[in-house]
Amino acid sequence: MVVGKQTLMGINGDEAVAYAAKQALVDVCAVYPITPQTIIVEKYAEFVAEGEVHTEFVRVESEHSAMSACVGAAAAGARTFTASAANGIELMNEVIFLASSIRMPIVLAVADRSPSGPINIHCDQTVSLAQRDTGWIMLYCENAQEAYDTTLQAFRIAEHADVQLPVMVMLDGFVLTHTLENVYLLEDKVAHKFVGTRVPMEIEVGGQKIPLKLDPKTPITIGPLALFDYYLETRIQHHEAMERARPVISSINDEWAKLSGRKYGDGFIQSFEVDDADAVIVTTGSTAGTVRYVARQLRAKGKKVGLLKVRTFRPFPSEKVAEILEGVPAVGVFERTHSIGSLGGPLFNEVRSALYDRDKRPAVLGYYGGLGGRDLHPDYFETIYKELFKVKQTGELPPRPVKYISHRE
Amino acid sequence: MAKQKPSYKEIPAAAVAWKPATDYKTGDWRSKRPIRDTEKCTRCLICWVFCPDGAIHWDGEDLTFDLDYCKGCGICAQECPVECIKMETEE
Amino acid sequence: MTTAKIKWRPKIKEIARQEEYFTSGQRLCAGCPAGTVARLVMHALPRPENTIISNATGCLEVASTIYPFTAWRVPWMHSLFENAPANASGIEAAYKARIRRGLEKEMPDLLVFSGDGSGFDIGVQAASGAIERRHNFLYVIYDNGSYSNTGIQRSGATPMYAWSTTSEVGKAEPGKPVWRKPIALIYAAHNPAFAATASIYHWKDFMQKVRKGMEAEGPAVIHVKAPCHRSWRYKEELGMQMSKLAVETCYHPLWEYDGETRSYSLSTASKVIQKKPERKKPIEEWLEPQGRFRHLFRPKRRDDLLKEFQRRTDEDWEHILRITKQ
Ligand SMILES: Cc1ncc(C[n+]2csc(CCOP(=O)(O)OP(=O)(O)O)c2C)c(N)n1
Ligand code: SF4
Ligand code: SF4
Ligand code: SF4
Ligand SMILES: [Mg+2]
Repeated sequence: MVVGKQTLMGINGDEAVAYAAKQALVDVCAVYPITPQTIIVEKYAEFVAEGEVHTEFVRVESEHSAMSACVGAAAAGARTFTASAANGIELMNEVIFLASSIRMPIVLAVADRSPSGPINIHCDQTVSLAQRDTGWIMLYCENAQEAYDTTLQAFRIAEHADVQLPVMVMLDGFVLTHTLENVYLLEDKVAHKFVGTRVPMEIEVGGQKIPLKLDPKTPITIGPLALFDYYLETRIQHHEAMERARPVISSINDEWAKLSGRKYGDGFIQSFEVDDADAVIVTTGSTAGTVRYVARQLRAKGKKVGLLKVRTFRPFPSEKVAEILEGVPAVGVFERTHSIGSLGGPLFNEVRSALYDRDKRPAVLGYYGGLGGRDLHPDYFETIYKELFKVKQTGELPPRPVKYISHRE
Repeated sequence: MAKQKPSYKEIPAAAVAWKPATDYKTGDWRSKRPIRDTEKCTRCLICWVFCPDGAIHWDGEDLTFDLDYCKGCGICAQECPVECIKMETEE
Repeated sequence: MTTAKIKWRPKIKEIARQEEYFTSGQRLCAGCPAGTVARLVMHALPRPENTIISNATGCLEVASTIYPFTAWRVPWMHSLFENAPANASGIEAAYKARIRRGLEKEMPDLLVFSGDGSGFDIGVQAASGAIERRHNFLYVIYDNGSYSNTGIQRSGATPMYAWSTTSEVGKAEPGKPVWRKPIALIYAAHNPAFAATASIYHWKDFMQKVRKGMEAEGPAVIHVKAPCHRSWRYKEELGMQMSKLAVETCYHPLWEYDGETRSYSLSTASKVIQKKPERKKPIEEWLEPQGRFRHLFRPKRRDDLLKEFQRRTDEDWEHILRITKQ
């Protein structure tokens, strides 16, 4: 359902993100090109060239400097945006940790692509999922519409007074970044009102309330050396801010629904036919679309299958996931990544761990696949459902709970 | 017992520093103190220029050495053009 | 405006009554000239109360902001080791965009501090990019010729043959085997609005250069020699003398570059030597008081290495004389 006056455009996911950033009235965009993110920078460069934005567009010489310029800009009070992919995210990793630890509400769009090597430009969530301990909020999108909606929401979440943390918005390389879809855009003025103007966080220094902002009127020192006597306390504050993001993510998702008619579950997870399901696949990103298609077909044949899409990976919705999956006989977690040397991937480990305290724990199997952009055919998911049914029937688990699919044996 | 350090709820967010460094007295580091011969001193302020610690104050007429912060490095004595500063070992 | 037209001179008796924006209570080693650098920079700024600082990781950063303390009375930010100029790019961009939106009234001045670690090595890319993009900031690199903060490892600024914990002196290697980088020339080749070398001993010249660099429209870079007694291994009261000798031996000639006229000129202390070459001191006078060159003198005098050091110093000096000749 589309609420209000919205414009329908045939655009790809990257363009959807660029339009969202434009409507978010970004003050500073510092960005460096890398496939499959490049369309975002290029589109933004068009807005700049046409004078359609007031943004200061900083064409930095690397991703490390892109994120560094964003940190400086955010510290000076600007609404700040950047985008990157794989190698670029890896290069900016040092600054990614820093940005969240000093509470800079930057929005970063990640066009998910495989890490090198071999060098590969295609879809893979390994790099973004590897950011899970950087203290950023992490949102995964299923399609171009969601990428647009989520990017606008991301600014609100990041800059919310209770949160003040940076947000990553993930969109699958090529599958979303380069594929044309019909995307509804809000009217500019509605979007502007939704994002509002950034107000820097208030902090208390020496009994005085002042903004966390590099401003000669209220001089502050950001980024001191804090050792064993204080470092841990600053980290706990960061953790608490992440916890405070939970209700904010949900309420902004609700607000967005009223404004646009589009809602993404409770902002954290979206489930499909899980209530009476015997087998549920849990996944993220565009794969959710494929799995939903398969589940729908199987449902039509009377098979009790369901899907749980995880939209918000950080903060991870452990309670909600456990509530839904408790009592489901068999659960398969599909990830477009792998964690070499671990029992399972990041999503698998989160899901299994969320269920540990529950009485009716399902059997949880993990699947890695689609790395390097390997096509994810619906058949693979049909096979997964079959395996889950077998586990339910026989009660027998495979020797290792996680395996690769979609490769040649 | 030493005063407990503040809890994570009491310190400003984002690890912003909240105490002026002047609350920390580096004078304790000193093993020698500068003694100036005020008669010989020409008030040229070369010592003020070079002191790495801003431990020499000029009120418009005369200088004072701020022993709360002076680390006793001896740069002022070394650079004084009329050699009117002596470094004396602290007791 | 060409920077040559900026004629400000520090009037010390007035300046000494100004507030210290970089305060006492910082924890640099006793006698650390980096403290003098920071103080004099703050006193030379045209609008210290309206200046924002981005500071790279290193001794100055660490010692001035040991949590919960800060020695800075201006807005100051440290983020990482190699990105201070990129941080500054963002700060400038933020103010520009927000002024455009009417959310901010005035553009503050921007100052970047880094050591030679960032200035010569790990941060060259970020600095090069920021200068290319013509952000309006002054970049002050205090060169103590080592990664001092992490325990005296060699940097691109460490002199040839100097001992450091990663250029040890042994049978196979006499300290750092290669010559230092001509970093100020590298930045000047970017054609910034202003670039200069400076020495902390020549404080008036240094302060004037800071003023010029900050008042110039566009990026400006100052490479200031600021000895470190822990790595150079001289007596702690000799910091200023060590930077003086670096100039007098022409190891660190003083010059400036004006981006508008695209010309290099020698600064007074070095011009004097150009006019009267007999005033140029032998490089040994700078090397010998420094423990990091001890092996060039003891147990056996290494004339071969001293000669080579002198030759390279002269070669660099000749080069500076050539480019500053008008
Ligand atoms: C990316 C990165 N690599 C290494 C370090 C460790 N490190 C911190 S400061 C420093 C050396 C600083 O040297 P310099 O810039 O010359 O400043 P100084 O301490 O000498 O004043 C190093 C190697 C770091 N902080 N970050
Ligand atoms: S340098 Fe010496 S003469 Fe000059 S003001 Fe200081 S003490 Fe006096
Ligand atoms: S001894 Fe050093 S710290 Fe003390 S006043 Fe002299 S120069 Fe300053
Ligand atoms: S190690 Fe060297 S540069 Fe660092 S504070 Fe000490 S004297 Fe200064
Ligand atoms: Mg150094």
